Amino acid sequence: MSDSGETPAVVKEPEQVHGLLAEYTTPQELIEAARRVRDAGYSRWDTFSPFPVHGIDPAMGIRRTRLPWIVFCAGLTGGSLALFFQWWTSTVDYPWIVSGKPFWSVPANIPITFEVTVLFSALTCFFSMLLLNKLPLPSHPLDRHRRFARSTDDRFFVLIQASDPKFDRRETARLLDSTSPRHVETVMEDNVTPARMPRGIVFALLIVGSAATVPFALAVLGRYSTSEQPRVHIVPDMDSQEKFKAQRKNPFFADGRSMRADVTGTVAHGELRDDDHFYVGKVNGAFAKTFPEQVEISLHTMERGREKFGIYCSPCHGADGAGQGMVHQRARALLQGTWVPPTDLHQENLLYKPVGELFDNISRGIRNMPPYARQIDTADRWAVVLYLRALQRSRSAKLEDVPESERGGLK
Amino acid sequence: MAAVGDLKEWQGGDAPSHERAAEPKDARSWQTEPAGDNPFAQITDVVVRIVETPKPPRAWYIALAISLSWLSLFAMSVGLLVWNGIGIWGNMNPIGWAWDIVNFVFWVGIGHAGTLISAILFLLRQNWRTAINRAAEAMTIFAVICALMFPALHIGRPWLPYWMLPIPNQMDMWPQFRSPLDWDVFAVSTYFTVSLTFWFMGLIPDFATIRDRAPTNTRRFVYGLLAMGWRGSSRQWHRYERAYLILAALSTPLVLSVHSVVSFDFATAQLPGWHATIFPPYFVAGAIFSGFAMVATLLIPAREFFGLKSIIELRHLELMMKIILATGTMVGYAYAMEFFIAWYSASPYEQFTFINRAFGPYAWAYWAMVSCNVIFPQLFWFKKVRTNLGAMMVICVLVNVGMWFERFVIIATSLARDFLPGAWGYFVPTIFDFTTFLGTFGLFFTLFLLFCRYLPMVATAEVKAIHPAAHGH
Repeated sequence: MSDSGETPAVVKEPEQVHGLLAEYTTPQELIEAARRVRDAGYSRWDTFSPFPVHGIDPAMGIRRTRLPWIVFCAGLTGGSLALFFQWWTSTVDYPWIVSGKPFWSVPANIPITFEVTVLFSALTCFFSMLLLNKLPLPSHPLDRHRRFARSTDDRFFVLIQASDPKFDRRETARLLDSTSPRHVETVMEDNVTPARMPRGIVFALLIVGSAATVPFALAVLGRYSTSEQPRVHIVPDMDSQEKFKAQRKNPFFADGRSMRADVTGTVAHGELRDDDHFYVGKVNGAFAKTFPEQVEISLHTMERGREKFGIYCSPCHGADGAGQGMVHQRARALLQGTWVPPTDLHQENLLYKPVGELFDNISRGIRNMPPYARQIDTADRWAVVLYLRALQRSRSAKLEDVPESERGGLK
Repeated sequence: MAAVGDLKEWQGGDAPSHERAAEPKDARSWQTEPAGDNPFAQITDVVVRIVETPKPPRAWYIALAISLSWLSLFAMSVGLLVWNGIGIWGNMNPIGWAWDIVNFVFWVGIGHAGTLISAILFLLRQNWRTAINRAAEAMTIFAVICALMFPALHIGRPWLPYWMLPIPNQMDMWPQFRSPLDWDVFAVSTYFTVSLTFWFMGLIPDFATIRDRAPTNTRRFVYGLLAMGWRGSSRQWHRYERAYLILAALSTPLVLSVHSVVSFDFATAQLPGWHATIFPPYFVAGAIFSGFAMVATLLIPAREFFGLKSIIELRHLELMMKIILATGTMVGYAYAMEFFIAWYSASPYEQFTFINRAFGPYAWAYWAMVSCNVIFPQLFWFKKVRTNLGAMMVICVLVNVGMWFERFVIIATSLARDFLPGAWGYFVPTIFDFTTFLGTFGLFFTLFLLFCRYLPMVATAEVKAIHPAAHGH
């Protein structure tokens, strides 16, 4: 880059001396010269070689680099960060039960901890090496010296900088001459290589740089704005599948429906439901006064009824059936004017309602109570009715309802 | 190096070397004596003139054309796979891990030789490694690139591979850090990053050499950019050597961990034939075995074509063959030990699995593996075989075939015959299994050929540093 054929007319200020450069042919000569320069007490100087010369460090008095300590700290950081991150994600941020195993089990987290430790150490090692070596360095006064190009090939150099407090052009040259170099020359400061980057590269970087921000800007825009259009899906995955859904139009059939109706009179297996007593709660058109034979009158059924009552009925009617459930209390607290209070299941007319009618009320709903046939199984609805009867007895039982053997203590 | 030369005869030839290099050359000059009046200049010349030649030999173009055609086959296969899904492969129940995982383990294993040469042999002060470490490290990086293709494609939606990384997302979900498959993600990606860093760091001084010899401004600019202003100052070399040593020390446990983690994919499963504690060392030995075979397969022709016989000597190849012999014997020991443990475990499933391997429907694959990996490398006990280039090539290719079969035997035979006969099956590959696999060879050889042509194939600074002339002999 220094060989730019520009005339020296470009150089306005007088050239300053950067230092003195001596060239050697063998590494042994270099080491010997380095010892001499070191002993002469210079501090701002360096040697250059195509490969690391064995024994040059003591000859120059180079102190050990602190790179290993930097890498050690980076490794510690990487390892503890990895361990902490795995702990945080799997126990705090998103605890994830896998086969009942504990959320935190260190041995299984060691491989990733190890890999991240190595990754942090290696990258820190490389980049610290560059930074400590002051790389990348785009230009250097030595680049203008054609002989110096062989420093990466087969020659060895010593450079003593003019900025060294001991530097004296004549004295330093004498010192270098005494080390039997192949060649000594004066290195000037580089006033030729332009300090600025070529315009074309600057423009190209500007254009590429601003173009690179466009995707990010679009992402940010999309994050904080609303749109009526569906999102852009670059890869549609399985969003649209070549099949007809139940309510879609289908040109294949004459009636245009995708969903096909059953043939008239079809009854699915086990879906005949011809027992009115059990399924509708009626016997000969009137509400049944007795439980159907499918319902076993037992403590077990009653417990089942209590469970379902607790789930579906108690939110409004209350656990005791008195109509003071949580929903009701909440509606009162909010002063809901339109709220119709739930029925007190202990009121007298309900005590004499036939069980079939209670079953019907649960199945099909009554007033603002919705139907529950969809949510509670038929047998379970009967169980709820059975439990309801027991609940009612708990408040309005007569002496005759108590077994004779137990009546003594109640009188 | 033909003539080390007497140090006193080094006088003369003061012209800067980049001027000498400016003369146009053709590939034939690679076979001539290198320019330069001293061993250092000759080392530079013999390596860097490959990069500087305007026209490489015809063989290079032919090899590149073949590689590129295989690479385009890969591109087509992947394109079809992205379009249609992995159903185009022969994967099925129960063999859901088939050639894709076989190829993944195969390629990752090959990569291990590069790190072994660059890091472990460096720590063991095996100086002969400097002749081959650059090419071996390049091979590592290219092999890992090929390996990474397969899991990325096997996930089914190859456009979502970043889901494997712990990136904060709207689902607030993280990868399962306790799964060996996630360990794989971390191990292989760390391995790739560290290998690339190590390789690039080694290249910096050589980039500077090419920059300083460059006859054209473009080349000077490009290689100058890569060299980042390296000028070979001793203060820089001091930190550089420390960094190199640290990276070697870091890479050594790393490379051992990578194939161990790959083996955990199998060893932590309860499938008979996979659930074995010998897997980590067995996989690492196999990886080094196959990797050295691949390095030799690449370097034997490369040193002929590019005139590097003076640097990559026959002695170096012979040492590599000895390592192949050693690791091949270790692999043979592991095969025998698997049978012993199956018998010793007293588990009928384990015993059945191994008898089935040797005499079941996949017996042909098993015996191909045993003969390629255990029997043929034993020929390297003979020095005549170890030093015969043709024999080396044939056996190294056979080793790679055998190591591919080893992974196939482990994966396919174990899955094909697990606990319940109702779940048994037999894997048949489709044409796309073949084209994808062949395609990664296209990718691998294309990258390697470009490397040979445009990057210094030998670490010249390291070779110079161990040359006798560097120590005043």
